[in-house]
Amino acid sequence: MLTALIIMAGLAILIGASLGFAAIKFKVEGDPLVDKIDAILPQTQCGQCGFPGCKPYATAMANGEADINRCPPGGEEGIRKLADLLGREFKELNAENGVEKPKSVAFVDEQRCIGCTLCLQACPVDAIAGAAKQMHTIIGSLCTGCELCIAPCPVTCITMEPVQETVDTWKWRYPTFQLTPVATRTAA
Amino acid sequence: MNATLRKLFSFNGGVKPASNKTESNREPIVPLEAVPLPPQFVVPLHQSVGGIPQPLVQAGDKVLKGQRIGGATGAYSSAIHAPTSGTVLAVEPRLMAHTSGLTMLSVVIEPDGRDEWIELTPPDWRNMDGDTLRDYLRDAGVVGLGGAVFPSHMKLRQDRSTPMHTLVINGAECEPFITCDDLLMRERAADVLRGIIIIRTLLDAKEVAIGIEDNKPEAVAAMQAAIAANGDATIHAVAVPTRYPAGGAKQLIRVLTGIEVPHGERSTSYGVQCFNVGTAYAIYQALELGRPMISRILTVAGNVEHPRNYEVRFGTPMDFIARQAGLKPNTDAFIMGGPMMGFRMPALDVPVVKAANCIIASSPALFPPPPPEMACIRCGACARACPTDLQPFEMYWHARSKNFGKVQEFNLFDCIECGCCAFVCPSHIPLVDYYRFAKTEIWDRERKKNAADEARVRFEARNERAEREKREKAEKLAARTAAARATLITEGDSAAAAAPTAAPAAAATATASTEVDPKKALIEAAIARAKAKKAAAATAESTSAAPATQASETAAPTSGTEPTSKE
Repeated sequence: MLTALIIMAGLAILIGASLGFAAIKFKVEGDPLVDKIDAILPQTQCGQCGFPGCKPYATAMANGEADINRCPPGGEEGIRKLADLLGREFKELNAENGVEKPKSVAFVDEQRCIGCTLCLQACPVDAIAGAAKQMHTIIGSLCTGCELCIAPCPVTCITMEPVQETVDTWKWRYPTFQLTPVATRTAA
Repeated sequence: MNATLRKLFSFNGGVKPASNKTESNREPIVPLEAVPLPPQFVVPLHQSVGGIPQPLVQAGDKVLKGQRIGGATGAYSSAIHAPTSGTVLAVEPRLMAHTSGLTMLSVVIEPDGRDEWIELTPPDWRNMDGDTLRDYLRDAGVVGLGGAVFPSHMKLRQDRSTPMHTLVINGAECEPFITCDDLLMRERAADVLRGIIIIRTLLDAKEVAIGIEDNKPEAVAAMQAAIAANGDATIHAVAVPTRYPAGGAKQLIRVLTGIEVPHGERSTSYGVQCFNVGTAYAIYQALELGRPMISRILTVAGNVEHPRNYEVRFGTPMDFIARQAGLKPNTDAFIMGGPMMGFRMPALDVPVVKAANCIIASSPALFPPPPPEMACIRCGACARACPTDLQPFEMYWHARSKNFGKVQEFNLFDCIECGCCAFVCPSHIPLVDYYRFAKTEIWDRERKKNAADEARVRFEARNERAEREKREKAEKLAARTAAARATLITEGDSAAAAAPTAAPAAAATATASTEVDPKKALIEAAIARAKAKKAAAATAESTSAAPATQASETAAPTSGTEPTSKE
């Protein structure tokens, strides 16, 4: 009886100690769910979801504080992926947050730019090159198309230009069989 | 002799479509000089894998034949040259020879009819070091002519860990209709061999095996005769069984050497490198004659009166060259490449590019629209036909349901798009179209993911920077406040000495209230000093000039600290 108790207690202490050790040794830094959600979000950093960037939105979703249908750049596909990951029902994109648009990049009309640096401060990804009283220009390859630079511009010289398809970005269409109408036979 | 003794291997799968080669291989190649000049050349700047060359000419420039008009950007790119002498009419986006129907920056040249070469100086390639030689080939625009248009200089690196034991030269030409390599070997075997010897010298390969399908006995004989004349016993022209796609690089390597290059690896890791016969000829022209790549042998077949081969300059409109062969009026499109792997061109006047080994004039009678796609009956015929040992039906199901993760698990990217699976499919499923769709879709996702990752890094870096700047600013201001306070006390004392009437009281309040409220003390001290300054200025204008300036100097930083102390 006593031996059994000692063995059981000893085992409990041993397992408890090893579990405690493992919890410290293999401690997960940060919230892995937030990172998983963040990986799905398009990183446009546009704030259309109502959060100051993709990471805060991801955190809010992980905590169950935000709905999954608030990211217009992610579009329907993004919502589906989020629904899959979080085990929630798919929802249509919330129209209050915006609409899904083709990918665009900002373009500075260099004739009109006065070099006020306001767009530089607004850009969340530092994709605008320029200095005070110098013309600014947008580094197209880095622009996420968040449109945050448009509002601050005092001379409205920034426009959004849809990204043109090139041979390198061109995609094969989904194969579909073309239905050809059969010649209608006139009644005899 | 060697050819018959050599042990050959075999690859799985493959099909035997009707070859349709006899139509175009009876007539000799029409040489470059005999092909009339079109009224306009449209030379696309992007004709090979790698970076898009930068235009080196502008509208109005006079160019000579062989002059570089597009400069390679970086090592992984290849130059573009003027196909004839003439005037540059424009450098603008033009429709390119691509299924997408997209445009590409092209140089439009109007020939002057003189067809005048630039000065050609053959390089001393035997004494060149590797990098100079590769740069020379890059600037000569030499790319692989087997279809992949991979810059040849990238494949001619000697600095590799595995020594090269076999150089495989691809003269298999397995696709139906195409006869350009066949005719090239028949007519210019000696020059092709010279090119092969150059490649072999550069790669330091022990043995050379030229693989030619056995439906081209004349080409095999011509190459063997050239080798015999050369007297090199380590070069063999080998007739390989005719079975599509024996001309695929990995398939030909398998047939000739027995090496099966595994998934995700290159043949160079196994001491084998593969070049097309056309590429060998182009390398010979570049290094022995100093001629940049401005033309290639092109088969014109299909819906034409006289199918045959032409030595065509790049930039020649396809309909122009097809009319030389007697283009029939009911042609509805051109197919660039063979019927198995070729691409339908978006228009009839797209230019001939380096990748074009064949143009097939298509008509509804020759290539009737495909029968309707039916359901997959799981017969497995595609898996038996697949030369890369994939499971085409699995890839098809996953590609069809847009399950791109799963389709990659079935090694979609090992698919060479040879079309064997679609060829044998009893349900007429355009299988390759599904794979191409899945491949481009996956690439697109990867691009987007990389862009998102970069945006995330930049966003985080920016936030970090903003916080750091804020912190540094706060620290700087705190330091300045402290410094100002220190100077204030000493300045206050000196000001008290300088202005005897008002200062004693102010100094007294300052020192007294420092212990109580430093903020208030600072403000009061500033007011006191301002008052003292005013009083000093009023009473003794001449004598108090120096202390007054001193006071104003100290007042300035004090006023600057006020917003900080509020924070």
